[in-house]
Amino acid sequence: MSASESAAKSKFVLRTNQIQALIDFLRERGYRTAGPTIRDCAVIYDEINNAEQIPLGVADEQEAGFYRVKKRKEAGYFSYVVGAHSWKKFLNPPRFTLWKAKMDNGEMSLVVDEPQAVPHYAFIGVRPCEIAAIAVQDRVYLDGPYVDNLYKERRSAIAIIAVNCAHPGGTCFCVSMDTGPEAKSGFDLALTEIQETNRHLFVATTGSDLGVEIAKALKLEPATPDDIADEAATIKRAAGKMGRKIDTSHINELLQRNEDHPRWNHVGDRCLNCANCTMVCPTCFCMTVEDTTDITGKTAERSRRWDSCFTIEFSHIHGGAVRTSASARYRHWMTHKLASWQDQFGVSGCVGCGRCITWCPVGIDITEEAAAIRASSRGE
Amino acid sequence: MATRPKPKVAVWKFASCDGCQLSLLDCEDELLAVLGEIELAYFPEATRMVVKGPYDISLVEGSITSPHDAERIHKVRRASKKLVTIGACATAGGIQALRNFADVKEYTSIVYASPQYIETLSHSTPIQNHVFVDFELRGCPINKAQLLEVVSAFLHGRKPVTPPHAVCLACKLNGTPCTMVAHGTPCLGPVTHTGCGAICPAFHRGCYGCFGPKETPNTTSLSNQWEKLGVDSATLMRAFRSFNAYAEPFRKESEAHERK
Ligand code: SF4
Ligand code: SF4
Ligand code: SF4
Repeated sequence: MSASESAAKSKFVLRTNQIQALIDFLRERGYRTAGPTIRDCAVIYDEINNAEQIPLGVADEQEAGFYRVKKRKEAGYFSYVVGAHSWKKFLNPPRFTLWKAKMDNGEMSLVVDEPQAVPHYAFIGVRPCEIAAIAVQDRVYLDGPYVDNLYKERRSAIAIIAVNCAHPGGTCFCVSMDTGPEAKSGFDLALTEIQETNRHLFVATTGSDLGVEIAKALKLEPATPDDIADEAATIKRAAGKMGRKIDTSHINELLQRNEDHPRWNHVGDRCLNCANCTMVCPTCFCMTVEDTTDITGKTAERSRRWDSCFTIEFSHIHGGAVRTSASARYRHWMTHKLASWQDQFGVSGCVGCGRCITWCPVGIDITEEAAAIRASSRGE
Repeated sequence: MATRPKPKVAVWKFASCDGCQLSLLDCEDELLAVLGEIELAYFPEATRMVVKGPYDISLVEGSITSPHDAERIHKVRRASKKLVTIGACATAGGIQALRNFADVKEYTSIVYASPQYIETLSHSTPIQNHVFVDFELRGCPINKAQLLEVVSAFLHGRKPVTPPHAVCLACKLNGTPCTMVAHGTPCLGPVTHTGCGAICPAFHRGCYGCFGPKETPNTTSLSNQWEKLGVDSATLMRAFRSFNAYAEPFRKESEAHERK
């Protein structure tokens, strides 16, 4: 067991008036702090340096194609779940210039800009499913034969302050995917918000040396057996309140042998092939590379940006696109997420966060689609 | 290296508001660089000087609405090595294609004091209905950054980066939460060609469809969702019947709601 792991799993109490101290500590340590805040009628992730930017007393209502933030009677800091963004925007920026080159007297040379410091982020409020999603992306970007350096530089520098979920959303199904509502590993510090009449605190579990240092620096008191019991009860209650569920038994085989199931046409009729589901999904990793020149033709630029298997250009090869119908694109995406991802990366590509359900403009629900196929599956 | 002559670029106007061609003059910061690379051989909005064709690139704005223009576009095509249409009028018939859904004689009798002098066609049609078009740049108006990109691409013999996917992708790259989902504001983004940078959703408005249909648009499914958000058929009909009313997928969808 590494020193870091042996330090893990001590439980402390973090008072609600210590969130600012936590942010300050991380900033003094050189981290840029990012966390949930409200913008454009939704909880999003952005840089925050003030505890007041965290949405206090906010609940979210989530259904297929539906999201609303509402006031909650109790003033909790994390009484909503994942919103419109995911942390992947910090680890793999949506748009990124890879290089520029210029031509002088027929000689091409790379334009080297002032090297930009890679931002070191401390993510505050990472949900258990999101930790699982980061672990999935690690497999994609870091574990294969080709390491993505852009991701690696950012990923290796982050700190994770997790928040266990007390109020799962209407589209959450982490219990089915075995990724939540409690973070088991992959964090520096994990918080569980305990909120009762006259009692509002966080049980803080250390998960790394940094977590232990935070506990020391903030002089956190050890959690009492009562606190620990309350934490367990909070998480148990949350596990019973999942908005969605999915039966994952033999799902790889199930989807692979139902490639011609009529349900794909049914969902294809609804699917806008707009790509929203892939953009909001915390594990979807596809991107494209675009080359441009300026008007003089003397400078060229190569950049990358998020792309999606729902666009035609994505699968455009000589002669045209491979998947022209919406049903083929939806089938490809869902089968990859729930099935072939397992063959490719050894884990499910879905962590059960529910974003693709909530943020699909027409409310297509991956759990409903999977259930429909299971209900009238072809063969055994 | 011997200096080769600058490529000759012509800018032609058909039935349109001039907004798109003015985007070229609006390229303030880049304008000098542009003029350094090309010879503006014909551009009445900018200069009275006319250099004879043939032209390396013709930028064509506007739709065909008169017998005279239906002739003229063939002359433009013959004089142009590459013909690029710019804007919703040239690529889809424009707002003036609303006549295609009505009787143009009725319109002229209301608009003009002496309609007998008006020689006009019953339909406003995009340029590609008349001549071969090398590239279409969408938008009402076009995005000047995209115009520069297309001109640069043609000058240097590469493919322009103007992807045909939905506006939604741009929304997501910008981090804008969806208006449909987060506050129930109907949006045409899921069926609309990207290019504007997803401006309206950033201001909590739904997309108006300025860039016309995206690749493989599913207008029926989007309309069903608009109906769930409380939008009636008349409003849906009008939503699809604006600057790109005569673009096939939008035309069919607006007609489906007209029949209801
Ligand atoms: S499933 Fe929904 S979000 Fe995804 S492409 Fe289809 S319509 Fe868009
Ligand atoms: S597929 Fe949907 S529910 Fe699963 S991780 Fe992606 S966005 Fe979340
Ligand atoms: S606001 Fe409109 S364009 Fe943006 S994601 Fe939603 S539906 Fe698409």
